[in-house]
Amino acid sequence: MEKTWNNKAWFLVLPVLVLVAFSAVIPLMTVVNYSVQDTFGNNQFFWAGTDWFVEILTSPRFWDALWRNLIFSAVILAIEVPLGILIALNMPKHGPGVPVCLVLMALPLLIPWNVVGTIWQVFGRVDIGLLGYFLNSLGISYNYTQNTAHAWATVIVMDVWHWTSLVVLLCYAGLVSIPDAYYQAARIDGASRWSVFRHIQLPKMKRVLLIAVLLRFMDSFMIYTEPFVVTGGGPGNSTTFLSIDLVKMAIGQFDLGPAAAMSIIYFLIILLLSWVFYTVMTQSDAEQS
Amino acid sequence: MNFSWMAWTLPTALFFITIFLLIAAMGIWEFFSPGGDPRVGILRFETTRGDRLFVSLLGSAFIHLAWLGLGGPSLWWALALSVVYAIGVFRFV
Repeated sequence: MEKTWNNKAWFLVLPVLVLVAFSAVIPLMTVVNYSVQDTFGNNQFFWAGTDWFVEILTSPRFWDALWRNLIFSAVILAIEVPLGILIALNMPKHGPGVPVCLVLMALPLLIPWNVVGTIWQVFGRVDIGLLGYFLNSLGISYNYTQNTAHAWATVIVMDVWHWTSLVVLLCYAGLVSIPDAYYQAARIDGASRWSVFRHIQLPKMKRVLLIAVLLRFMDSFMIYTEPFVVTGGGPGNSTTFLSIDLVKMAIGQFDLGPAAAMSIIYFLIILLLSWVFYTVMTQSDAEQS
Repeated sequence: MNFSWMAWTLPTALFFITIFLLIAAMGIWEFFSPGGDPRVGILRFETTRGDRLFVSLLGSAFIHLAWLGLGGPSLWWALALSVVYAIGVFRFV
């Protein structure tokens, strides 16, 4: 049957277009306009051309923050994805344990980001925090406000605590959708636990895993609130990620031009990575079907 | 309506007008030749005309950024390189 082409249907997406225009396109256009100008307030602007872009792209501060962000995202994914799969595989599939596990897994996701930051900021303190006090009583001179490695470990453990549940829940959704017939066939064939995982569970989880990786990557690449509350970007600049650096530049220093240029570069990196992930996901879907 | 808060300049206005004209031209192209012309190119996956425009624009943005970071503030060569890149994308991707 020949496909019907009806361009009147485009009018149905008009409300969404208007909404996106006001919430995303117009602010983005304004940021582009700011990125080529300088301002000292009072709605007065001075042409700067591409100076801010050159300044940002040749600034070690920007590249350091970008590398920190990429390393942080890589570490987060390397921990959260395998851990999430492991927990999902070990969660009960039937019985009263299912709702208990699901609620426990959902709890960290329900806590606002700044509250998570505050919890871990207090938890890690040497004087009043349980973690800080416990580690120091074991003879480990843990202090996330002074030691770079400790600050990184705290921020990573906090993110793992906050977001592994998301990977768990997505993987669990993929696992419970596998029909029992697959497992029965594997048992008849005498398949090992690893073979069942490798040839049944992992392929069935592939789509949700890709979504989990995409969500966790994007979120960790744009992380701001939790590390800002816990470490404030320190000690020094050791946990200053791109978003923290951007806020410091735009609000702390009121350098709106360089901050706008940095925003556009940051946006383009995220757009590129999203496109790569989206392409990988849609190609994977196409291959499966 | 006063748009002075958006801090418009002639170069940025021309930039956005060009983007909108490109999208409008794609719409007209789609109207006369519907279906998006899907094909598998050198990237070994299916792309439509819209995908190819997106890849062209995104790639051009990074060509300009690379030029600014490595070359200097003048962007004419980066623009020429981007046009060649876009032609290549529409021809081979």
